[in-house]
Amino acid sequence: MEAIKQSLTSEQKSKLNSILKKFGYKKSNLIAILQNVQEVYRYLPEDALTYVSVKMGLSPASVFGVATFYSQFSLNPKGKFEIKVCDGTACHVRGSMPVFNAIKKKLGLTDDKITTDCLRFSVETVSCLGACGLAPVVMINDKVYPKMTSEAMSIVLDELLKEDM
Amino acid sequence: MVETKVNNTIFINGNEVEFSNERNLLEVIQKTGIDIPTFCYRPDLTLYGACRMCVVEVEGRGIHASCTMPPEPGLKIKTNSERVRRVRKVSLELLLSNHDRECTTCERSGDCELQILSNKYDVKDLRFEKLQEKAEIDDTNPSLVRDSNKCILCGACIRACTEVQGKSVLGFSNRGSKTVCAPAYGNKLEDVDCVYCGQCAAVCPTGALSIKSDVDKVFEAINDDNKTVIVQIAPAVRVALGEQFNIPAGENIIGIMAAALRRVGINKVFDTSFSADVTIMEEGTELIGRLKNNEKLPLFTSCCPAWVRHAEQNHKNFLKNLSTAKSPQQMFGALAKDVLCKEYNVEPKDFVVVSIMPCTAKKAEAVRPEFSENGVQEVDIVLTTQEVFKLIQSAGINISKLTPEEMDMPFGEHSGAGVIFGASGGVAEAALRTAYEVITGKTLENVNFEDARGLDTLKEFTVDLGGKKIKIAIINTLAEADRVIEKINKGEAHYDVIEVMACPGGCIGGAGQPVSCKDRLIKGNRKDGLYKADAKMKIKKSHENPSVKTLYDKHLGEPNSEKAHHLLHTEYEERDIWNVEE
Repeated sequence: MEAIKQSLTSEQKSKLNSILKKFGYKKSNLIAILQNVQEVYRYLPEDALTYVSVKMGLSPASVFGVATFYSQFSLNPKGKFEIKVCDGTACHVRGSMPVFNAIKKKLGLTDDKITTDCLRFSVETVSCLGACGLAPVVMINDKVYPKMTSEAMSIVLDELLKEDM
Repeated sequence: MVETKVNNTIFINGNEVEFSNERNLLEVIQKTGIDIPTFCYRPDLTLYGACRMCVVEVEGRGIHASCTMPPEPGLKIKTNSERVRRVRKVSLELLLSNHDRECTTCERSGDCELQILSNKYDVKDLRFEKLQEKAEIDDTNPSLVRDSNKCILCGACIRACTEVQGKSVLGFSNRGSKTVCAPAYGNKLEDVDCVYCGQCAAVCPTGALSIKSDVDKVFEAINDDNKTVIVQIAPAVRVALGEQFNIPAGENIIGIMAAALRRVGINKVFDTSFSADVTIMEEGTELIGRLKNNEKLPLFTSCCPAWVRHAEQNHKNFLKNLSTAKSPQQMFGALAKDVLCKEYNVEPKDFVVVSIMPCTAKKAEAVRPEFSENGVQEVDIVLTTQEVFKLIQSAGINISKLTPEEMDMPFGEHSGAGVIFGASGGVAEAALRTAYEVITGKTLENVNFEDARGLDTLKEFTVDLGGKKIKIAIINTLAEADRVIEKINKGEAHYDVIEVMACPGGCIGGAGQPVSCKDRLIKGNRKDGLYKADAKMKIKKSHENPSVKTLYDKHLGEPNSEKAHHLLHTEYEERDIWNVEE
């Protein structure tokens, strides 16, 4: 059998090595290590997961299990703008779903396809952002957008698009 | 001080029962003769408590899983109350709701634990809708079939792969109702570091992991008039196949097997113990050479294909230490296609060698490209013990009407040393019986090396071979092999000879054997059966096997001769599956 092709560059490997070193290659630090890897790539590529597992003496299947268990980890590339639509109870009753659907429609996304082909936007729901007084809330990267409507969302997205041209 | 006597008793269905060192309520209950249903509970693996089938009602505490609850004095337990039955039945309904219930075409139909329990609990209507979409079946490797549509997520396979083999090829991925048990990234088994030992399938309660069946291929060959079909029977099979016919584990039924296989239509019935004797001649000579030159030590045995593949993947520094001798299965195939084909005047392509093995990895070994000559495999078809049962059943042979028959000659003649190959320690013991006599020139009076015997995963001892102290390690399970190799790498241990078998107890615990994961005594009985067979043999040393002597005189010359090397030796390749080197 042919070995699985590794496409990591030596630069990427040294970046991963420094993360592993920072956390002492400790199994108990696996989640923190994966969080750091995800910061580098904005998702967890298979090659990086395999690299991290073998270097830590863990099996790729076990690390894959952790990476797929927690919703904070993504195995698919995320957009430059990560849109999180809050769907906690307060946001839900004040209309988060119409906002979520409007975003998906505008960006041509579905429940299975959450990232645009240009890798600029990805969208998902989260359970509660803790800003229930401002419901419905949307968060794009680190910025909070309170009391959103479908129309307001459309304007925000247009502005982000213009800004990123 | 006055000793207060603690009364170690519990009440099971109103009867007082004493307990001592049982690990959990389940063992105490089973001791009383009550059968508790289980899926995830495997006495040789860690406790998991996932399937909720072993629940019992504990007075004052409600429903508890008996596998994870330790016995406490005074507990009052009901094992079959209305509440217990209801919980078990709902669990079964939930498991069945997403299960692929095409039972008739399932490899495990008949001995599937889910099927048996659903029958026992009279599950008729399923109130829950099927939610999962049909997943692709992974059947591209030669040994195992993984069908996650039949998985009940008991995790036994993951525990076996992790705890027995130290590999964790399988793992849980995703969460909640989307959880699946699969190799990394949802890959197929052939694309990851699976060694095809099959211990996952050996503990699977359903048909989610099963042995890839080659029974039809054998019937096809038998019914082809141009083909001559012969079999070789591995040592460990003879003391296990009987279990499927309700004969106690450990009873040697080789004579009945020979009779049955001839009636199925097999032309000649031979014994892998013969080529095991040849293995000793080759590997023993190799060992003597290495000891003399003090090179490539420790010598690792190479009979176990799962161990060989594991070494190729994970211990490439030690590949040169592996004996270059082929395994007995492949030696038999190579010799059959050369010596027997000439003797019978048959073309190798029309001469079908079927191996009957306790092992799933042997299927993968037989198709390794180096074990073919001119496009013809040395061993054409490998059947496991479980499959040979199907072969005999399917041909309509009733074994109770048969009388034992002799094996065919010359490749049916074997020594006791060849027979004990099937138990962990057997290869080392067989090699010592020959090496001692060759090195010292003296006759070995007591051929029994008790230190080599038993089911422990690691056995260590030293023998004196003509003034030279030889340190031996005998390992079963790959997890133990990894631990020992780590010690060697750190300089904390030193050995001259290391025997490694991947399966617990050696080949007797192979994944091709009748399912035995619920009974801790079966492996021991099979082992005892092999040593009993050895004790009965007149010839107990490989080099005294007359047919082996004739083979060397007429065909091979000396052990490790050029001809012997061509037919009986091989080489290994590095298999860096994950390929993460700098």
